[in-house]
Amino acid sequence: MKSSKIMHPIAVRLMHWTNAVAMILMIMSGWKIYNDEVLFGFLHFPEEIVLGIWAQHALQWHFLGMWILVLNGLAYLTYGILSGRFRRLFFPISPTEVVREAVAALRFRLKHADLTHYNAVQKSLYVGVILVVALQAVSGLAIWKPVQFSFLVSLFYDFQGARLAHFAGMTAIVLFVLVHVSLAILVPRTLLGMLTGGPRLDAGRETPMTPSQASNP
Amino acid sequence: MPLRRPFTSLFRPQRGPDQTVLTEHRQLIETIDRRKLLRGTLSLGALTMLTGCNISDRDAVQTILRAVSGFNDGVQALLFDPNKLAPTYPASQVVKPPRFNAYYEIEDLKPVDIGGWTLELSGLIADKRPWSLERIYALPEQEEIIKHICVEGWDYIGQWSGPNLRDFLTRVGADLSAKYVVFHGNDDYMESIDMPSALHPQTILATKYAGEPITDPFGFPLRLRTAVKLGFKNPKWIRAIEVTNSYSPGFWEKQGFNWFSGL
Repeated sequence: MKSSKIMHPIAVRLMHWTNAVAMILMIMSGWKIYNDEVLFGFLHFPEEIVLGIWAQHALQWHFLGMWILVLNGLAYLTYGILSGRFRRLFFPISPTEVVREAVAALRFRLKHADLTHYNAVQKSLYVGVILVVALQAVSGLAIWKPVQFSFLVSLFYDFQGARLAHFAGMTAIVLFVLVHVSLAILVPRTLLGMLTGGPRLDAGRETPMTPSQASNP
Repeated sequence: MPLRRPFTSLFRPQRGPDQTVLTEHRQLIETIDRRKLLRGTLSLGALTMLTGCNISDRDAVQTILRAVSGFNDGVQALLFDPNKLAPTYPASQVVKPPRFNAYYEIEDLKPVDIGGWTLELSGLIADKRPWSLERIYALPEQEEIIKHICVEGWDYIGQWSGPNLRDFLTRVGADLSAKYVVFHGNDDYMESIDMPSALHPQTILATKYAGEPITDPFGFPLRLRTAVKLGFKNPKWIRAIEVTNSYSPGFWEKQGFNWFSGL
């Protein structure tokens, strides 16, 4: 059986890992920027996990990372919508299924046999994190240009509200990354899939190919 | 007999390169090569994996980051709308006194000796006669109740008044098509801003806070207050204003902060 369609085409894999690098830059430099004027007195990020010796270096990284994140993100959204990938993989999302599968996942009973289809928990998490990153760009723009884009600031009540929303968005993304990376390590086939392309899409759902088979034409 | 006579070209050096130059600077050339090699091995992905991440100030990385910062200056200049006004607030929300900030602690403040103080003018300005404080006070005042936003992330609402900078620059015959307005502070603090931001209607030379002359910690006798720049772009204790076409980085830009820093 011959097919050129694989689970993660090269474009998706490139965009995924570009995004991963940009996210690490943004989160670690963001922590350093936060440390200069904390929102919560009890929370300072340790110097060992931040990017930039001084706040200005962290700001330099943040305003480099933003271009990578936004340009890559726009390319990903365009690709996802135009190729039908989002429609095929993310939708529909059934709320009852989300609840049922979330409970199953917490009991470690969620089946993960077919890599070419996402379960309802995966669907809602992937769609959710895409929305959070988009919102992060909006609150980031409000903080960067509170006069030019004052209407964006008003979405978050005021400037400090925008900072708080930006912090909350970071927290949500970090939690997503923790779950995402843990599951990728627990089910290494998914991690390999994002490196090599994963199974072919027309492979039978009952007998999914292993990543090594899929990568050998 | 050679088929072709050796000819002398205008573009061919008469003699080979002087080998002593290479020998003398051998050490330097080797250093450059090592640095190139080091630069070549650095990758963005590998950089983030380093613990501590004390990589930001290495020469090569800093060159890239500052180039991006310069690109962002240009993007911000494009985003800047000269007619877009910053939000203003009622007097009831004004914080008194304003928040102190400088590159040193408030205890180390050296107040301006007003006896010998004049505002000096230089560069592309027709009338460079210095201004006394009395003459500045006599100019029409404009009041702005605006937010001061610091690059660190804090903000407060302040009530500033003084002559409008555009009016002042027009009055002294400054070249309004010049690129930069530079402010020299009494504490060797220097900051430059772009002309469009200097001409913004909410950019003033503040002499008063909440209706009273600004006190020493906050810039007496004269400071810049613009609603369209981050706090550090508002120098205090101004002693000279210069209009120029040549860029010079201010105190914080030299440390690596972004020059335009527009809001």
